[in-house]
Amino acid sequence: MTWLVIGYLGSLAVLLISAFWSLGELSGHIEGTTLEHFDRIYTEGVYRAISLRTIGVAAAVTVTDALIAFPIALYMAKFARPRTKSLLVVAVLIPLWSAYLVKAYAWRTILSEDGPLNWLLSPLGIDGPGYGLFAVYLVMSYIWLPYMIIPIYAGLERIPDSLLSASGDLGARPGYTFRRVIMPLAFPAIVAGSIFTFSLTLGDFIAVDLVGGSTQFIGSVVYDNFASNLPLAAAFTTVPIIVMTIYLLIARRLGAFEHL
Amino acid sequence: MRLSSRQLISLRIATGAVLAFIYVPLLIIGIEAFNEARTLEWPPPGFTTEWFQRAFENTGARDAFLYSLKTAAIATSLALVLGSLAAIGVSRFRFFGREAVSFLIILPIALPGIVTGIALNSTFTEVLGIKLGLLTLVIAHATFCIVVIYNNVVARLRRLSTSFEEASADLGATPWQTFRWVTLPNMRTAIVAGALLAFALSFDEIIVTVFTIGIGDETLPQWLLNNFSRANQLPIVNAVAVIVILLSIIPVYIAHRLSSEVDSGQTAGAAP
Repeated sequence: MTWLVIGYLGSLAVLLISAFWSLGELSGHIEGTTLEHFDRIYTEGVYRAISLRTIGVAAAVTVTDALIAFPIALYMAKFARPRTKSLLVVAVLIPLWSAYLVKAYAWRTILSEDGPLNWLLSPLGIDGPGYGLFAVYLVMSYIWLPYMIIPIYAGLERIPDSLLSASGDLGARPGYTFRRVIMPLAFPAIVAGSIFTFSLTLGDFIAVDLVGGSTQFIGSVVYDNFASNLPLAAAFTTVPIIVMTIYLLIARRLGAFEHL
Repeated sequence: MRLSSRQLISLRIATGAVLAFIYVPLLIIGIEAFNEARTLEWPPPGFTTEWFQRAFENTGARDAFLYSLKTAAIATSLALVLGSLAAIGVSRFRFFGREAVSFLIILPIALPGIVTGIALNSTFTEVLGIKLGLLTLVIAHATFCIVVIYNNVVARLRRLSTSFEEASADLGATPWQTFRWVTLPNMRTAIVAGALLAFALSFDEIIVTVFTIGIGDETLPQWLLNNFSRANQLPIVNAVAVIVILLSIIPVYIAHRLSSEVDSGQTAGAAP
């Protein structure tokens, strides 16, 4: 256990320290310390645009997944019969753990020039979105969706049915019960799910590479630079680290940690 | 809460649509793998099982498959011991920093994989001076496998009343006997389920992998990644992709059955 904590935190520390190294122009050896990399990451327009784009897509994916996940989670938790319910749980849970790469690849196939989507859309005279920023958003929403469904389902499952009947008995219509009883109680679970959808999108570079065309994300810049310019790559990882730390602190305040 | 039949129907339709959204892309890869044409042609002109045979005969894919199995097996065993011990420590003993440990242990999964990957990479190569290889890959995989096993075991121990352990101690059992004959049998299915999930996760992992794998080594996902862009490998890639889906689904399914036997209907460790 100590091994885990020391090893993991130690590695993070090494990463942060390496962001301060200055490398010799030709030798590539460490020559001293500098703030240059932080300066570039946080002030140069290119990097700022990439950061904003990544954070923006991560936020969009999170909102999309919450909207898609809620109805199915609600059905699973409150309306499905026991047998259907356990089937649905398995159906959602299985793709959660498996085949990240294959899922991204499946979309690469679907969105490709001669792929199924264009075939489906061509009679209507429309072209599919192809590879690019929209494809990244779509694929990320797809891949991380189960990570949102499961916590929301578990959160809704915890709400006692009697509470909902009580609300109904007191004259509330379903819409009102939904807004005033279900939503406030389920909100921390949504935040818990959003930790995963947000964080996983924030650090991705492989799906971005597969379906993003020339779109660059924080992850792709880090990956491209890590062999040639480790300090710059390390400095760039501080963006997701800081964003996630703030995100986790807010999530904890909202009570999301009990739903992880 | 009672819904009008129209509301209930729209909820059902939404559920069906989401399930379709989840499974159609996987199905498409499944169909493509049997596509007779060497290129991506949709709809496929005909079907064949030739590519699966070719995939099995492909030495690159086979080596990568064995390497993945080896990595996943070692990383899971390592995580099994450490994750279970951490879970017992956090849920059965009070000590300084207990809250902090329970928070820190989820970090490897809450932080993006790329951060973990690059952090471990620079620690291995720049600080410890270890050459990247099986050892570094296994350690890297173990960091997130531990989380999965820890989560599963902690969830079980939380539900398991300590009165059994106290009864055992009152009847004169030594701490070791209590652990061996009371705690361990109750934890067993949670440990097995956690291990299966960890195995599937390790088998499937790619992001941390690319930062910690040795030069010249290949796991199966990495073989896939390296071959995506090679047009002549396309049919074999599709077949291997289907094999990867099946291989990562089976352990997850068994794990789910194992945990739902005990808590009937509860999810296996919910989100990681």
